[in-house]
Amino acid sequence: MDIYSAVPFSAWLALSGLLFTIGAIGFLIRRDPIVMFMCIELMLNAGNLLLVASARYRAVMDGQIYVFFVMTVAAAEVAVGLAIIVAIFRQRLDIDVDEMSEMRG
Amino acid sequence: MDFKYLWLIPLCPLIGVFINAFIGHLLPRKVSGAIASLAVLGSLIVSVMGLLHLLGLPEDQRVLHQSLFDWIATGAVHTQVAFVLDPLSAVMVCVVSGIGFLIHVYSMGYMAHDPRYPRFFAYMNLFTFAMLLLVLADNFLLMYVGWEGVALCSYLLIGFWFERPSAAAAGQKAFIVNRVGDWCFILGMLFIFVTFGSLTFQDVFAKVAAAPLAVPTVTMTIICLLLFAGATGKSAQIPLYVWLPDAMEGPTPVSALIHAATMVTAGVYMVARCHILFVHAPVALMVVAGIGAATALFAALIGLVQNDIKRVLAYSTVSQLGYMFMACGVGAFAAGIFHVMTHAFFKALLFLGSGSVIHAMHDEQDIRRMGGLSRWMPVTTWTFWIATLAIAGIPLFSGFISKDQILWYAFSSPLGGVVLWTVGVVTALLTAFYMARVTYKTFHGQPRMDEETQRHIHESPASMSIVLILLAVGAVFAGFLNMPEALMKIAPIGWLTHLFGASAETFSDFLAPSVGTQADVARALEMLHRQIVPTSHVWEMRLMGVTVVLSVLGIYAGYQMYVRKPGSAWSIARSAPWLYNLLLNKFYVDEFYKAVVVRPGMGLAYFLWRGIDVLVIDAIVNAVATIVGIFSHLFRGLQTGYVRNYAAGMVLGAIVVIWVLTR
Amino acid sequence: MTWIPFVLIAAVAVFFALYLVLSKNAVHGALSLVLVLVSLAIFFLLLGAEFIFIVQVAVYAGAIMVLFLFVMMLLNVGGAEGPLRENPSWQLAAAIVLGCVLLFEAALHIARAGEGVRHFPQAIAADFGSPERIGQLLFSSYLLPFEITSLVLLAAMIGAVVLALRRFP
Repeated sequence: MDIYSAVPFSAWLALSGLLFTIGAIGFLIRRDPIVMFMCIELMLNAGNLLLVASARYRAVMDGQIYVFFVMTVAAAEVAVGLAIIVAIFRQRLDIDVDEMSEMRG
Repeated sequence: MDFKYLWLIPLCPLIGVFINAFIGHLLPRKVSGAIASLAVLGSLIVSVMGLLHLLGLPEDQRVLHQSLFDWIATGAVHTQVAFVLDPLSAVMVCVVSGIGFLIHVYSMGYMAHDPRYPRFFAYMNLFTFAMLLLVLADNFLLMYVGWEGVALCSYLLIGFWFERPSAAAAGQKAFIVNRVGDWCFILGMLFIFVTFGSLTFQDVFAKVAAAPLAVPTVTMTIICLLLFAGATGKSAQIPLYVWLPDAMEGPTPVSALIHAATMVTAGVYMVARCHILFVHAPVALMVVAGIGAATALFAALIGLVQNDIKRVLAYSTVSQLGYMFMACGVGAFAAGIFHVMTHAFFKALLFLGSGSVIHAMHDEQDIRRMGGLSRWMPVTTWTFWIATLAIAGIPLFSGFISKDQILWYAFSSPLGGVVLWTVGVVTALLTAFYMARVTYKTFHGQPRMDEETQRHIHESPASMSIVLILLAVGAVFAGFLNMPEALMKIAPIGWLTHLFGASAETFSDFLAPSVGTQADVARALEMLHRQIVPTSHVWEMRLMGVTVVLSVLGIYAGYQMYVRKPGSAWSIARSAPWLYNLLLNKFYVDEFYKAVVVRPGMGLAYFLWRGIDVLVIDAIVNAVATIVGIFSHLFRGLQTGYVRNYAAGMVLGAIVVIWVLTR
Repeated sequence: MTWIPFVLIAAVAVFFALYLVLSKNAVHGALSLVLVLVSLAIFFLLLGAEFIFIVQVAVYAGAIMVLFLFVMMLLNVGGAEGPLRENPSWQLAAAIVLGCVLLFEAALHIARAGEGVRHFPQAIAADFGSPERIGQLLFSSYLLPFEITSLVLLAAMIGAVVLALRRFP
């Protein structure tokens, strides 16, 4: 008996969905942009878990390649996002996303 | 078939256009004008080479054809950019480029002080190019390109001094009136394509010649009438002649180019080119002859009383074009084209002579304020006189020969008759009279201009007067190319004709492969059951005598009324003021068109603007904009600017999408 | 009893994910996220994705999270945020409702599609998830996306530098 026969595919899916939902709720209730970013990372990782599990389940490796790309994009996004946060902070010494609403219609 | 340079004929002026249009302002004036003139000279040289080559070929092979490239090749339409040089187009290209070249040279002197000098020459070259394209085209579509090209150039050149509102209006008038004719021409072209399945001259004419009765006469008549309607626009016939008299708002060389070499001859050329179609539609031919005769008389009557020197000449052009169409209408296409050629000489000479006068008089065009100019301008006077005698039909001048051929055919042709001949002869009398009037009033009698102007009158520079002399030579001797057989019997005339290397009706014989002979016309008409009237030289001589007497009488009357007793004309005018006013106001045709065509058109346009455009279209557009504005105002509230609201929206969207996908 | 490791590690991941969302201190949140990422990395290893495991630890738990912490220290925002209570209660409620609906949907789908329990195939290639296989795939089937990725990274790099250098008015 190894982990593959003991834990069904549905369990991985459920874990992935749970983590994703936690990340989404976090994004909705937190106002610190850095924490919101981390929630995004959490959601991305939930997606990654799903991809890797599916790859194993179907015994094809394409899912892992997608994970690789997701990570690359996530890295790029974090670099730019944090640079924006730093730039905003320099200007107003305060980072609360609800204060940044100049773009409203 | 080894003459491969046809494409050079239109290309030369086109190169001139590009040089003058793009770098003309960088060049010295003389260079700019010289390039334009040389470009046309190039065409002339190639044209003459082509003509000589044609003459070297046996009579039945005198067609040079050169296709450059496929232009449109879709489905049933297969059109090439191809040129054809047969006797007809050879004569036309020689006239166009020859007279055109002389006018270009003249323009270098006439326009010397104009600020838009290179532009003028670019337009002139473009004009020549379009006309050469029209004449050389081997199919209707390419001909139409040139057809439109000359309309465009006439607009540009008539309105060349566009600072003057009258010039701008005249340019627009020329263009718009021409459009009416062009529209008919397009329709005719479409009819031809539907009927014959081709637009190439060769194909269409071969089909008609092979099976003349295959196409119903009604169809042929419709086609020919539509084509002729196009010709009335371009060649200034009733009812579309109104643009030509206004066209003298342009610089005088332009008038000469329009009246003598290009543009107005296009209609005659087209009718002659399509003569095979026309001879199979006798009704259309009668219309052509009738319109031509009516126009000749009508324009000559108006010309009697006009006081603007160029306006008189313009009406005389309309009148002479009427003669040409009369010739075509009675099946004497060669005579019509011959009149195109002789007319090109003396009309160019008349216009350039009047330009010389206007130049000397500082832009004065009213003959009532001229007089006695012969003592300052001998060259202009003598050349102008030669042209006057030629157009009046004094024996052995070119105009006499060409005009008398037309009158003879008008009398003798199965399609003609005494009525046409009478109209033609009366017109000849009127022509002699009004030309004598203009010449006497301008060059003879007491000077009527003020002292200041008088002091500045001078003969024109050499570039202008040499051109006048060359044209005068042509105006005198061009007639010997086509001496009628009846006159050849008079020994000195026959001898002189042979001296020029010509014999009886050389020109008509040369043109015969292109436009057919009287015999061909007669045969075609026989097929349509028309009676042929026998003709005789005796009658030809007698009729000729009548014309000559009337012409001399006309000139003598002019001499009496305007030199001997200068007040008599005015007293005649006063005795019938309504007639005088009718003629002076050109039969109120412009006013009639204004009331019947222009006003309703303006009214319709005003209605479309105020009624349709503003009230309907603009209203719809504004309503759409307002509705969008209202909705965006409503939905603007969604854009709160709070990141987390957007995120909530995304989650909501994800929920919906997942629900839809997994349903 | 081989499902015990799965449950343990999953519990750790969920716990620290919740801690990230609920903690008032951003630095604590970052550290808990590191733990989530590491536990997911273990899962990747269990699922036969060796290369992804390495990258997850090195890039995510290492580089990216270090970047987060670095920015936090630079801006000195460690415990800056106010308590969650400051959120209007309807926002909290709406967020939780939305999350629950999302989760419910996912669960429903899993339940319907899964028909109870589905197991992984036992037989699998020996080199499944190895760096060689990943490399072969990246440089054959996925060559174009891979090259485009380099452009994305370049753009991000330039963007970050420009944003950092620019003096905003």
